[in-house]
Amino acid sequence: MLAVIGTVPDQTFPLTHGLVRMIDDYLIIDHRKIIINRGTPALIAAAIKTAGSIQDSPEIYAFLIGDIGKGDGSRKLYQYLSEHLSEFEFQVLTFHYLQPDVDWHNKVMFAVEDMEHQPILIADAGFMYVAKMSGQASSYDLFTPDVGELSFLADELAPHPFYTRGFILHQHNQVPELIQRAYQHKNAAKLLLVKGSMDYIADEHHIIETVDSPRIEAMEAIGGTGDTLTGMVSVLCAVKNFTLPDAATLAAKANRFSGYYANPTPATQVIDLINSIPQALLKVLK
Amino acid sequence: MLHFFRKNKKTKQQASVDRGIMVFEHTSEVIQAETILKKSGWVIRVMGPPPEIQTGCDLVIEFPLIEELNLLRTLQQAKISPMTVVPVTAPLLKPVDLFHMKDFGEYLMIRAANMKITIVKESLKIVNISGGGCPDVPFLAQQLVGKTLQDAPHPRELGHTLCGYALELAYQELLKQCLQ
Repeated sequence: MLAVIGTVPDQTFPLTHGLVRMIDDYLIIDHRKIIINRGTPALIAAAIKTAGSIQDSPEIYAFLIGDIGKGDGSRKLYQYLSEHLSEFEFQVLTFHYLQPDVDWHNKVMFAVEDMEHQPILIADAGFMYVAKMSGQASSYDLFTPDVGELSFLADELAPHPFYTRGFILHQHNQVPELIQRAYQHKNAAKLLLVKGSMDYIADEHHIIETVDSPRIEAMEAIGGTGDTLTGMVSVLCAVKNFTLPDAATLAAKANRFSGYYANPTPATQVIDLINSIPQALLKVLK
Repeated sequence: MLHFFRKNKKTKQQASVDRGIMVFEHTSEVIQAETILKKSGWVIRVMGPPPEIQTGCDLVIEFPLIEELNLLRTLQQAKISPMTVVPVTAPLLKPVDLFHMKDFGEYLMIRAANMKITIVKESLKIVNISGGGCPDVPFLAQQLVGKTLQDAPHPRELGHTLCGYALELAYQELLKQCLQ
């Protein structure tokens, strides 16, 4: 089973966990309905579409809470996870939009260590920021940064992408160098899937794979296209016979084809791309 | 002596006095405090906190230490108080100040740090917000997408995190490019 941990942009949404389904353009969890836009709902929707397209895929479980940036919801979720996560069993744990908080992150990591079987650990968005800042990045199996976030991982002093130093930001086109620097300072997960005009799958030693087609320029502007990629790789890495680099490469290709089939403009919303995922997976798994 | 505290003297004095930082409980308070202090004419800077007080998503306000009481008075009038005020003993992190613009023909996208905002050039309607990783990003997108630049709330009014602050910078840059 895959568990996704994140937030929804509704302050009144209570701490909720359970299996998630998708009906039309909504997620359903514990009888609650969530509109699929960007953020964690987009990641979960992409995971559900992926799981629905591949045999022997994991079920999708989620731990969600409302947070509009004040951090109150995130802290409640952190607390719940630190107290209860060890009672669950998951193949994959994907951490997503949570308010970065190092102390709480570390408590959650203790709870992960207490789980009977260690899951594959994936971090994206705010949780990737705090994973790096905690100094425990190498405990994770996969980070899915875009190139800007990779610059942040490569900057050993930056506590958030907002503070990435200019001389590192200027190396935007030198992704392999940034990857190397992130590993050099132990600020990367065991595997990186870097999203950009060319996607890179890399580990500490080398660039394992690159993916650059089809190239859909408009996807850069569409909020949630990184979330869908993380959702897809989270499911694929739990499927038998796929190694984590295999899953990352397939997800990178499928995400691009979801854009290709949705034929987007910069005004397209991510749900249109999510609905193209089954067709995209069919294409890349041929 | 009274002239010493006049706001129009601040810029010259800033270079010769020690600096302090105001630390707030939430980033949203920093954003509010910055708005109030700048509106009142104080010369302050929003910066990153020193490592010993970083928690993960922080901003602090850097100011000339000698003006502490005046700034605190201004903030108290607006019912905002910092958790603590400390002198700066080491260089502070500087927020990203690079903007990247991408022209899609009918659409224009601006990126500041990790946040991107895209509008229709002709109508100035916000059509997408992407990037970021803090929980106010999906909320801000929900509030801004579909509205025009003139009608949309400023990200600084609704945002609470560094990602929200970065979106405000991108938004300001768009206003500068499109409305001036």
